[in-house]
Amino acid sequence: MNQTDTTLYDPEEAEVGWCLRLYVAGQSPRSLRAFENLKALCETHLAGRYDIEIVDLLENPRLARGDQIVAVPTLVRKLPEPVRKIIGDLSNTERVLVGLDLRPRR
Amino acid sequence: MQTESPNETGRTGIAKCRTGIRGLDEITGGGLPRGRPTLIGGAAGCGKTLLAMEFIVRGARELDEPGVFMAFEESEEELIANVESLGFALGTLVEENRILLDSVRIERGEIEETGEYDLEGLFVRLGSAIAEVGAKRVALDGIDALFAALPSEAIVRAELRRLFRWLKDQGVTAVITGEQGEKTLTRHGLEEYVSDCVIFLDHRMSNQVATRRLRIVKYRGSRHGTNEYPTLIDEAGFSVLPISSLSLSHRVSRERVSTGIPRLDAMLGGRGYYKGSSVLVSGTSGAGKSSIATAFADGICRQGERCLLWSSEESPDQILRNMASIGFDLQPHIDRGLLVCHAVRPTLYGLENHLVGLHRLVESIRPAAVVLDPITGFAAVGDTAEVKTMLTRIIDFLKGAGITALFTSLTQGAEPTQLERTDEGVSSLIDTWLLLQMVQSAGERNRLLYVLKSRGMAHSSQVREFMLDNEGIHLSDVYTGAGEILTGAARVAQETRDQADNLAARKAHEREQRALELKRRDLMARIQVLEAQLAGIDEGAALAKTEEAQRVAVSAHNEAVMINARGAD
Repeated sequence: MNQTDTTLYDPEEAEVGWCLRLYVAGQSPRSLRAFENLKALCETHLAGRYDIEIVDLLENPRLARGDQIVAVPTLVRKLPEPVRKIIGDLSNTERVLVGLDLRPRR
Repeated sequence: MQTESPNETGRTGIAKCRTGIRGLDEITGGGLPRGRPTLIGGAAGCGKTLLAMEFIVRGARELDEPGVFMAFEESEEELIANVESLGFALGTLVEENRILLDSVRIERGEIEETGEYDLEGLFVRLGSAIAEVGAKRVALDGIDALFAALPSEAIVRAELRRLFRWLKDQGVTAVITGEQGEKTLTRHGLEEYVSDCVIFLDHRMSNQVATRRLRIVKYRGSRHGTNEYPTLIDEAGFSVLPISSLSLSHRVSRERVSTGIPRLDAMLGGRGYYKGSSVLVSGTSGAGKSSIATAFADGICRQGERCLLWSSEESPDQILRNMASIGFDLQPHIDRGLLVCHAVRPTLYGLENHLVGLHRLVESIRPAAVVLDPITGFAAVGDTAEVKTMLTRIIDFLKGAGITALFTSLTQGAEPTQLERTDEGVSSLIDTWLLLQMVQSAGERNRLLYVLKSRGMAHSSQVREFMLDNEGIHLSDVYTGAGEILTGAARVAQETRDQADNLAARKAHEREQRALELKRRDLMARIQVLEAQLAGIDEGAALAKTEEAQRVAVSAHNEAVMINARGAD
């Protein structure tokens, strides 16, 4: 944790819910790994304030077009706005935190 | 000669997918490889997107092959708006579920890469789009945008390789466009992955005229034209030239068509040009080329057939006025829809535009004859080889369509060597060549007309004087007496002189006749006198004879009397 953390993570916003959506294509090892990584990260940083929705594109292929998904896995931060997109299996926690604006961008 | 038809299976056995794009099916021997991806490379603005879009639109609209257009650079709205002016009715086709547009937007700034990933999302997206419209065709426009959008080039490359294989497995005919690279066909070397068919588009300026070209870099397993083909984008979409057949197998006609000038018909075996032949009228400025062309057009329209008059020098109004001055009233033909005047400056567009424009007009008007007056102006647009190529294509196209074509060409000098060649170098392609020449003598310039050649007919080898007045065109024999050719006033003067000489000779002859008659009469008179004298002599002689007989009788009687008197024994 560094000092800028507080400016990004405003206590007043603490009650705002985090709405995250993870797009995967089937139950591949990579998909499962991404989900595990996401869950662990949320428990650590957003405990009690997050909601994860898993979208399997093989079951809802039309959503790929609607939500502009190209790469999988893709994590979309729908709330709080603005929308953020993170691709990959979320194994690089630092990058995930940056992507979710829980860490400052360099 | 084996002929090719744009069927599903080419001669080589590769299944072809008709693009429906004018000319492209001809030079590819039937279309793109069916069920395989084709790469289209080229610089920005060369028409890649349009070619891909037209492939999809024509498939959906004309060939009952629905398609998916996946754009990596433009939004659906932009795509529809961009081709709006081309009359593709893309919006309608989308509504009718015959085309599915999908715009892939990836902003690099909003993407954080956090580990392993693949592009399965794209596959799913494309797969569902194909399923949704039952697509047989897919276009991936500007797919190299993925390299800019995604941080890991290695992943993109691996996934593209997989994507192209996957497209083949789907059995769709795909067109993929990619930006031109500095030393490679596409910036990211997409040609590495697409090995079946690669087409390259080029857009460059020459003589301040933009020209577009298309080249088939490779086409595995199929014969294809290897030249750079002129291409054109206009309000009807993409066209690749030639849009006519490449062979010389057009059927020739034995029918004739009047030149519109009876005396000229007579010079051409009595019946005029061959139907569907190519006629060149060349001559110096003001020699009357346009008049011969107009007479022909007028003749065609008088027979109730349509004629396209393509003028590159005069406006339709000007043509009407000028031709009315020599007795051709073209307005009624225009009113009846038989004559279509199309005036265009050659330098306004590239040669390809003119060629395609002509094709379009001919296809919509379906004329019996086309007049291009003159073809000389085109020399300003391209170099000689290009102009010749274009005119060859025009001639081939019109011959193939059985349309009689008349071209006029301006020759610069009046020397025979200059006259008997054309700047455009097309003389060898011409069936009938009329040459107009101005001759200067006795302070005036007169026009001569020769038939330089006329394939397949007995034609006059004589020179005619060619005269224009307010009643039309007249051809007359030139004065060829005394070993020289005289025309115009000199001919008239000579003819007058000849007449005077004739008269004098006749007078002399008459005088001679009269003198002889006089002499004859004189002699006759003298004969009568002599005969009278002779009669007098004869009479005298007869009298003398009678007198003598009487004298003899008297004297005998007297002697007898004397004897008797003497009492002799």
